[in-house]
Amino acid sequence: MARADADGSRSGKHLHGAALKRQHAREQWSVLSLVVPALIVIVLIILIPLSWLFYLSFLGDNGGFSLENYHKMTQYKSYYRIFVTTFQVSILTTLACIALGYPLAFFLAQLPPRWAGVFMLAVLLPFWTSLLVRTYAWLVLLQKRGILNEFAMQVGLWETPIKLVHNMTGTLIGMAHIMLPFLILPLYNAMRKIDKDMMHAAANLGANPINAFWRVYFPLSLPGMVAGSLIVFVLCLGFYVTPAVLGGGRVIMVSNQITAILENQFDWGAASALGVVLLVATTFTLYLAARVFKFDAALFGRD
Amino acid sequence: MNWWNRPAADTQITHGGRLWLYVLSAIIMLLLVAPTLIVVPMSFSDSQYLEFPPSTWSLRWYEEYLGSTKWMRATATSFQVGLLTMLVATPLGVMAAYALFVSRHRATKAIFLLLITPMIVPVILIAIGTFYAYGRVGMNNTIAGLVLAHSALALPIAIIVVTAGLRSYDLSQEQVARSLGATRTKAFFLITLPQIRFSVITAALLSFLTSFDEVIIAIFVSGGTNATLTKHMFAALRDYIDPTIAAISTIMVILSSALLLSIQFLGPRGSKN
Amino acid sequence: MDRRARAVPGECTGIDSRLKLSFAVTDAPQGTTALPIEIRDLTKRYGSVYALNSVDLDVHSGEFLTLLGPSGSGKTTLLMAIAGFNRPDSGSIRFGEDEVILTPPHKREVGMVFQSYALFPHMNVADNIGFPLKLRGITGSERATRVEEALETVQLSGFGARNIDQLSGGQRQRVALARAFVFGPRILLMDEPLSALDKKLRERMQIELKHLHRKLGVTTVYVTHDQREALTMSDRIAVINDGELIQLDTPEVIYNSPANAFVADFIGESTMLPLKRDDAGALFFRGQKVGDAGADEGKDWTLVVRPERLFFAGAGAETDDQTIVLKGVLREAVFQGESEMALVAIDDGTEVAVRFGTSGRASPAASITGDQVSIGLDRNDVIIIPGEQAA
Repeated sequence: MARADADGSRSGKHLHGAALKRQHAREQWSVLSLVVPALIVIVLIILIPLSWLFYLSFLGDNGGFSLENYHKMTQYKSYYRIFVTTFQVSILTTLACIALGYPLAFFLAQLPPRWAGVFMLAVLLPFWTSLLVRTYAWLVLLQKRGILNEFAMQVGLWETPIKLVHNMTGTLIGMAHIMLPFLILPLYNAMRKIDKDMMHAAANLGANPINAFWRVYFPLSLPGMVAGSLIVFVLCLGFYVTPAVLGGGRVIMVSNQITAILENQFDWGAASALGVVLLVATTFTLYLAARVFKFDAALFGRD
Repeated sequence: MNWWNRPAADTQITHGGRLWLYVLSAIIMLLLVAPTLIVVPMSFSDSQYLEFPPSTWSLRWYEEYLGSTKWMRATATSFQVGLLTMLVATPLGVMAAYALFVSRHRATKAIFLLLITPMIVPVILIAIGTFYAYGRVGMNNTIAGLVLAHSALALPIAIIVVTAGLRSYDLSQEQVARSLGATRTKAFFLITLPQIRFSVITAALLSFLTSFDEVIIAIFVSGGTNATLTKHMFAALRDYIDPTIAAISTIMVILSSALLLSIQFLGPRGSKN
Repeated sequence: MDRRARAVPGECTGIDSRLKLSFAVTDAPQGTTALPIEIRDLTKRYGSVYALNSVDLDVHSGEFLTLLGPSGSGKTTLLMAIAGFNRPDSGSIRFGEDEVILTPPHKREVGMVFQSYALFPHMNVADNIGFPLKLRGITGSERATRVEEALETVQLSGFGARNIDQLSGGQRQRVALARAFVFGPRILLMDEPLSALDKKLRERMQIELKHLHRKLGVTTVYVTHDQREALTMSDRIAVINDGELIQLDTPEVIYNSPANAFVADFIGESTMLPLKRDDAGALFFRGQKVGDAGADEGKDWTLVVRPERLFFAGAGAETDDQTIVLKGVLREAVFQGESEMALVAIDDGTEVAVRFGTSGRASPAASITGDQVSIGLDRNDVIIIPGEQAA
């Protein structure tokens, strides 16, 4: 800094400064302009329609601003039941996924990578299969004369066919099956990143396997499990197809209710208001999670 | 039983000591895979009802499916929409992923979050939202409308897959290419793109599948002669269990398995790059 | 952080006077198109931190100049600015008469070798090297000939059809090099190209690179944080720290007359001892006159002692016109293979490192830890730098 002053012959302090700044700006914009087509799609399909729904939800019968659509939700018991069902299904599905997904992810993470890749197909295959097909498969499996009932009766588990589908049981079974890969994949990735030396160290320090697992491994795998659980929970909140098919009209979640309102009453205001509540619940869950766990890298795959 | 007493993990637990884990994992994997596969033998049943194992075998449900104008037209629509979605979402996703990866602009994080909103917003909202918006501009029941909506769903997936590919790629290769005389565009097409090609192919296949398997938006936005396979299937599932669905499901399982396996094994190191 | 503390008052005069000092001119081979690089007032800021702070630098045509500095010093930023990948905030870069500060990288005609080599794995060796030729519309047999010539230059004849993953680290290095010069660039830039190689191979490649440079005669700017590498290879070294050019000179001058404590500490081993200045300008170390500050009014001065310039003097040795003698206690003597290193605590406990050959003169083999010893320093080997010693 001092040198610039020492040498009087030096030309202006900001040689080419303006031109460089212009060039920098031009390059930044030309790079960023590559996202414009994708942004247009998102604006057309997500932002504009959602804003419209938002607007509709605040539109009263008289065409002016009104909260009556939201007011209705607090009035009718049926709405209350729908929210309870939605959370119930979401929480139970998430818990089921943790119970089934954790051991399997743990098993896969312990395998040598080559074998893990092979067994991972068991997770990826259903993940890639249409959820409609999987829902249909459960419908077939769980029906009164379905394989599960037939098998259980042959083995003698129960005498007469049990109603496994068109109710909460069927919905939960189907949902857990569909959501399981969403939990296993992030959890597996987190487990793979756990330093093997940690477990060596724990063993060296005298921890027995069970202690070492609960004191060292489990806490380290927790971020992956939380990320996976949140993905499952959030996806469950807005789920439609599986409860519609396997619930047989007895399990009505928010999404099903939105459709029902549009089909039966054609009431856009009420449907939109319900949608806005669903969106707020979803966003709020994710926001809270991001704040508490700082895991958006795990969820969005970017740091 | 040598294996039984050998340590299985770094904590010196033996294989025998955690046999329960292997059994449990096997059961869970069976639960994951079996339900989808059980549809396959059932589709070859001769019976009106779905029985397992089928008492008599036949191809009548495939004949039913192939002979039905409704199913055939729906299948054609689904393929058409899937392919078009792939053609829209893949280049757009690659462009966006590249720009966000390379740019150091302050807005990139916000733009990224905006571009992945379709993963966060419940699909039912996208469905009724586009249904309402399309109603205003007369785009319901059109192929274009469905492709646009499905592209929005496929974009975040494509972007995330391509970004992952770019991360395992050494960007200094592109710089070297530029120093050797290639323009930025040329460097991308000659050097970067060939090396992230497996990510791009994966993104394309996932985009196709996203559209092909999509149900809710299709229920609302597609219709008439442009109704998709999933829309018809969903309607059929709600009303009665038709073994034709088993035949269609089998075809869909084979399709997605083939795509999955091709991604897993065609790439030199799996789908990593 | 501690690097920052090394900024020394009076450094500027030291540098400026040295800038005008001698420089080595390489025996430029005939027919070369080597160009000088003239960098003026180059500045790049990240927030409030200067990555480059008004850097002026002249690279002579055909010379091998090394940018040497610790990581984060700005040396890579400077290299990337020359290549065109880092856009400075202001300044000027000229290749010969051409102002290139606004020229995009692909039009700068600069060959570049990266730390990671950045070979294109989807092309074989010949296609990698032929890439810049292909971009210039050179096709068919001419391209093949030039690729083969380049391969020959880097001693990889016949490797053209190999895939990149069939090459060893050293071979990749050579391919990256061939690719960088095959199109006859005006300038060759290298960003720590040898850092991924093991020590033995690295040392061999240093010599090879120097040979190659002599053969090609192209102006070369080389970045490294390895001071030994810089000393081995360079015609001149530019020492960079905190985004500023600290000293620019030949390896010998940089080593023997460091401009300040930072350079003295960063290049070679050294012990720094504070000096006292009397009113007449004479500089004393513990009562022994070691030099003269001359007209310089600076208050703080430091004696830089290189371990290999010290020797063990006889027990009765005293300071005279030729030699400065320091007395102390031998703390530790360590065998290091080609040499031995002794730590001697002089009077107040300051430890001075002494390096001596494992054969030949003045081995203190007789001495054992705790013994009184005398160490001598030839007055010709005295290095005095302005400013206080580094913390």
